[in-house]
Amino acid sequence: MSAPMGFQPVLLWTDLLLFALLATALAAVFYVRANEPLREAWRKVGRRPTGMAAATILLAFVAVGVLDSLHYRPLLPPVEAPSGSVADQGQPRYSTEVLSVLDAALEPLRLQTEKTYSAPFAWQLYQRETMELPEGGQVRGYPRLLHGASHLGDPVAEKGADVARRALASVGQAVLAWLAAFVVLATLVWRGSGLGWGEIAAAMLAGRTVLAWRAALVTLGIILVIVAICIELAPLYHVLGTDKVGQDVLYLALKSVRTALVIGTITTLVMMPFAIALGIAAGYLGGWVDDAVQYLYTVLNAIPGVLLIAAAVLMMQVVIDTHPQWFDTAAERSDARLLALCFILGITSWTGLARLLRGETLKLRELEYVQAARAFGVRTPAILRRHILPNVMHIVMIALVMDFSGLVLAEAVLSYVGIGVDPTTISFGTMINMARAELAREPMVWWSLAAAFAFMFVLVLAANLFADVVRDAFDPRR
Amino acid sequence: MLAYLVRRALYAIPILIGVNLLTFVLFFVVNSPDDMARMQIGVKRATPEAIERWKAERGYDKPMFVNTAAEGGARFTDTIFFDKSLRMFALEFGRADDGRDIGQEIRDRMGPSLAIALPTFILSLFVSISFALLLVFFRATYLDFWGVVLCVAMMSISSLFYIIGGQWLVSKMWALVPISGYAPGLDATRFLMLPVLISVVAGIGSSARWYRTIFLEEISKDYVRTARAKGLSELAVLFRHVLRNALIPILTGVVVVIPLLFMGSLLVESFFAIPGLGSYTIDAINAQDFSVVRAMVFIGSLLYIIGLILTDISYTLVDPRVRLE
Repeated sequence: MSAPMGFQPVLLWTDLLLFALLATALAAVFYVRANEPLREAWRKVGRRPTGMAAATILLAFVAVGVLDSLHYRPLLPPVEAPSGSVADQGQPRYSTEVLSVLDAALEPLRLQTEKTYSAPFAWQLYQRETMELPEGGQVRGYPRLLHGASHLGDPVAEKGADVARRALASVGQAVLAWLAAFVVLATLVWRGSGLGWGEIAAAMLAGRTVLAWRAALVTLGIILVIVAICIELAPLYHVLGTDKVGQDVLYLALKSVRTALVIGTITTLVMMPFAIALGIAAGYLGGWVDDAVQYLYTVLNAIPGVLLIAAAVLMMQVVIDTHPQWFDTAAERSDARLLALCFILGITSWTGLARLLRGETLKLRELEYVQAARAFGVRTPAILRRHILPNVMHIVMIALVMDFSGLVLAEAVLSYVGIGVDPTTISFGTMINMARAELAREPMVWWSLAAAFAFMFVLVLAANLFADVVRDAFDPRR
Repeated sequence: MLAYLVRRALYAIPILIGVNLLTFVLFFVVNSPDDMARMQIGVKRATPEAIERWKAERGYDKPMFVNTAAEGGARFTDTIFFDKSLRMFALEFGRADDGRDIGQEIRDRMGPSLAIALPTFILSLFVSISFALLLVFFRATYLDFWGVVLCVAMMSISSLFYIIGGQWLVSKMWALVPISGYAPGLDATRFLMLPVLISVVAGIGSSARWYRTIFLEEISKDYVRTARAKGLSELAVLFRHVLRNALIPILTGVVVVIPLLFMGSLLVESFFAIPGLGSYTIDAINAQDFSVVRAMVFIGSLLYIIGLILTDISYTLVDPRVRLE
């Protein structure tokens, strides 16, 4: 028998799809490199400082999401077998808790939970409690946190200086990391350019390069500073406070990123085949196919989106609840619900893309080169594949990036209404939902709400800006 | 025109049937009534008798499509499909899980929903179009640039934030209006001001940006140059020519939603505790009251189709070249 590994990899369905999407994106990069018009369009994206800055932010979010998608079940420490039982001796036993690489990286954040709320950088609990005094007797007061600022002897006096000192030190580290990234990037740009390295580096810093490298570098610098400060301070303080059950809000916000990315991308991914196939077929073939497809999307459009989603989610919940045997772990169960939500959102939102594709195909089929292909006797599937599909891909591309931000925002609303992700899945929606009831407290518990909204705002704003730039670059009408 | 409308109305019937079939499949074929009963009662307490009682109380104990036990027409009318699905065409929605008549409830709740949706609709149309016209008037200046940036930033903010933030700022900090609630009659203004304001602000970003694109597209056309060449002022060009001609694309997006105003806004109504159709729907979703959700789906699609027909009619009003035939 082989020695048990320290962990057992777990591949959830959404992980699989997310990695498939990533692989497709990589394949697309190679395809684009070989295709001059596409390369030119993407270069147009890269020339815009907004595009580069937004792309940098999105890449940072994607990195968090990918780390959070590498799931595994850790090995449980071997238990002392009760005397007499030899049943599962030597068999490695894995925890039913599914963790991700991000969880492992954020271990101090994940495990350092408090009793209940505490404000950002607090050293005391939010709630008053009755405490035993060492010399006997009891007193009502705010107990110290178990982890937040626990390394300080006298928090009142030392906290400000400690935070400032550590933050300054980490800014230094961030500058070093940024310099390293800059050297690597400049070398990459310099390679094969025929100019001196120094010239290239100076041009990048002055913003004189063709692609807007300076915007990317500035954004990267800001991200690195924030990350470095968080790495330094997060194990010692609760940088964004803790929530009702004492979990670190920064940890929750970072975990929410994956959910948002999954909803924003997989939804479009699962709806795309339908939209492309039906839209192109309706536009090119016309006749009863067109009638049927139009009927289908009018029916789906006629039902108000939220209600269709609500109905479908309610039904799906019943299916999941009545078939507990399908899922090994709670993570698989909530993952199934997340995936189902993506499908449902996809079904309700493919109609818009299909209609656009149908219209574009109607236009394309009358163009000379398509007519010529038809006159030469090229078969319909070949025409669709060779002549129509490549010429509508820019619409698909634009739809993919434009839909992303809307879907991320929709997730929060749906989770609030109770038809979103599983309540155990950490997402911006569930965070807002949990924090909402606490606004009425005095003093107000604002931090988890603020953290969720701030993360969401940065993600959606970057996505919106990026989508605008991509649309400008790919839309031939502009 | 009349013939056209009749044809459009007839065309609506297959669509409604489609919606109906879809909801029926969703609610009764994907899950059997037994599954729903078990879920509602709770898996632990779901004895066969309890399930039967739950189904009988709600009329789910009939056969799905064909009732072999019944005679004559009742063979088909005494079934779940007829009772729960086809009856909706006569606007008979049956009873909710709490025993109240859904049709009556919908009639009662339409008023508050409209009281909040109608002012929101008109105000946001006015504000967004004015803002977009302002941006177009100052196009290609810093004002335009930062205006668009503001729009993008505003549409990147979750609607939940607008509601929660607005409630906190206006009701709690400034104590100008009550946080939530509703009163019939004129007294309602007090309660409606904040939700209307918040809905308008939350919508400005995306709609103003959309109107701006429409106006910009219109302003690059030849007739606008002609109008300027005649010596018309820029303001006259904007209001008399561009705004009017941009109405067609604007109407396409706007008229469709007018009938849906009855449905109310789910979020705003539930946050502000306004007894409209939106909060009714949310309550039904949370209580997993399938019959209410089914009824709302049907009404929603009916209103959507009415909206499509209204859109066509509105074209003839703003563009004399359009004839409905």
